[in-house]
Amino acid sequence: MALLEIRNLHASVAGREILRGIDLVMEAGEVHAIMGPNGSGKSTLAQVLAGRDTYEVTEGEVLYDGKNLLELDPEERAREGVFMAFQYPVEIPGISNSYFLRAALNAVRKHRGLEELDPMDFLELAREKLKLLDMDPAFLNRAVNVGFSGGEKKRNEIFQMAVLEPRLAILDETDSGLDIDALKIVASGVNAMRSPERAILVVTHYQRLLNYIVPDRVHVLAGGRIVRSGDAALAQELEQSGYASLEAEVAA
Amino acid sequence: MKGLEEIRSEAARRFAERGFPTPREEEWRFTNVAPIAKLKFAPAEEAARGLDDELRAELERLGWGGLRLVFVNGRFAPELSSNRYPRGLTAGPLSAANGTAARHLARHAPYQEHPFVAWNTSSFRDGAFVEVSPGTVLEEPVVIVHLVTRGDGPVVSHPRGLVVVGRASQLTLVEVYAGRGADYLSNAVTEILAADGAVVDHYRLELEDLDGFHMGTVQLEAARDVNLSTCAVSLGGKLVRNEVNIVLGQGASATLNGLYVASGTQHIDNRTFVDHAEPNGTSFELYKGILDGRASGVFNGKILVRQPAQKTDAKQTNKNLILSKEAVINTKPELRIFADDVRCTHGATIGQIDREAIFYLTSRGIGEREARELLTLAFARDILDRVRLEPLRAWLDARLWEKFHGYGG
Repeated sequence: MALLEIRNLHASVAGREILRGIDLVMEAGEVHAIMGPNGSGKSTLAQVLAGRDTYEVTEGEVLYDGKNLLELDPEERAREGVFMAFQYPVEIPGISNSYFLRAALNAVRKHRGLEELDPMDFLELAREKLKLLDMDPAFLNRAVNVGFSGGEKKRNEIFQMAVLEPRLAILDETDSGLDIDALKIVASGVNAMRSPERAILVVTHYQRLLNYIVPDRVHVLAGGRIVRSGDAALAQELEQSGYASLEAEVAA
Repeated sequence: MKGLEEIRSEAARRFAERGFPTPREEEWRFTNVAPIAKLKFAPAEEAARGLDDELRAELERLGWGGLRLVFVNGRFAPELSSNRYPRGLTAGPLSAANGTAARHLARHAPYQEHPFVAWNTSSFRDGAFVEVSPGTVLEEPVVIVHLVTRGDGPVVSHPRGLVVVGRASQLTLVEVYAGRGADYLSNAVTEILAADGAVVDHYRLELEDLDGFHMGTVQLEAARDVNLSTCAVSLGGKLVRNEVNIVLGQGASATLNGLYVASGTQHIDNRTFVDHAEPNGTSFELYKGILDGRASGVFNGKILVRQPAQKTDAKQTNKNLILSKEAVINTKPELRIFADDVRCTHGATIGQIDREAIFYLTSRGIGEREARELLTLAFARDILDRVRLEPLRAWLDARLWEKFHGYGG
């Protein structure tokens, strides 16, 4: 059984249809990339999968591990192992990174029937994961994303993913705004998470990230539909030809 | 100089002439004290019963140490109070106080203008007296607790305090007001006088019963170069008004923090008045309110910069978090500036819990209700972070968490 199966997914925001029939199947262990021009619906797809309520699903279904994903609340999806790295991580003054992440981890652990971690055990785990992303432990005491640089925010997303160990990770333009050093760190963090039990969906506008996270499959989204799918070579090809030819194709 | 008895009879006359304020008066526009005015109160000293287990437990929970002065229904309770004080500290009931008390008591709080101050001044029977000798640094906080117990009918207590901090001394002072019962009134007045160069860290916790009334005034007078901080936390009471008046001398600095948390049909009114009387003073003020249910809140912040008070630096901020559709806040800054070389700013915000933040937290597995509780507590975090007395901060943190945990259910 596929880990994720999206069938004819339509979604709109404020009455405007953004996703117009997406079909996608991901097996555990795979890394897929979704590429596409601005406004093609890439981020909408990521957000719909995470459960953002500003989007209304009007048609189609999403099966996650055989379950109807769309009827779960965001927190239930997270506890079931779905994780989205935000394109724009939210700043939350007054809550420390460590408190937030321990509360999240314990909610997930509780759901899986595991014992909750006390602050000491959590700290040990968090420190180990921080090393993976070359992050200073002082990060843990800072308020969630407050005063973080763009690169720090993105690294913090991947750090959270490393701690929560999701089965389905969706990276929503995690590469945008990163310099090459930060990009390499984020990519190596993601690569360290690749495993036979986990599927990773990389949503990106640029082919650059895919030099470091090499996908098994590449899908091109345009006008709310997947217009082409292929292997990693497709990303290279797009880099050469650009999205313009594709958009012309869709319009035609 | 007028004797205390003369002041008290003046205050009694003043209160009799003036009576209770009404919403027709600008100062009382948003706080209607009719529910208090219509009751016939008996003095708590006579009509209230003794300390019950519930209040005794509350007193235990306030266990963050310190040198204690406990009053039950206006009477000093030596058995609940500390019996030894370090050198340089005089503390005890006003009824047994020294000449310093006689020189200062009731001479600072505005009984002429304020009806509840007048009522307290004419009616208090006892209260707390604290004097710190010049050059004394007290390591331990002084904690004054006023408790009101259940009575057979409405009872009133008039807690009174006089705190005199000597030159270049340092004091951490905590005032706690708590009670049990319906329709009781705690009508408190505290005068705090800080001499040149003193450092005073003051906390005032209003933890009255949700069926009780609380009217309070704190009069703080800071002489030259005093470093003063005051923090007013209001969690209880069905009808509450807290007034903090500060007069700042030359080069004195004041930090005013406040947190009010109201739910159900609670009404909490906070007023602050900072009087920059002399040059080079600073005041930094942050009051935050969290309102749920059909609760209402008022914030009124007055800043007066008198003509001689050049180089004054004053900043006032009021932020409110509204958790329900029916909760209401009235916020009003009032700046009057007569000096020309000053910096004065003010700002007020009223907002709701950020939906983006809720999605962020829930998308990581945290339940929506817990996410709301976390974000509510997070809103109060910067006030908590300003509480320098560590055990008090921890106690407040836990108390707030408990309170927010009850919301939204």
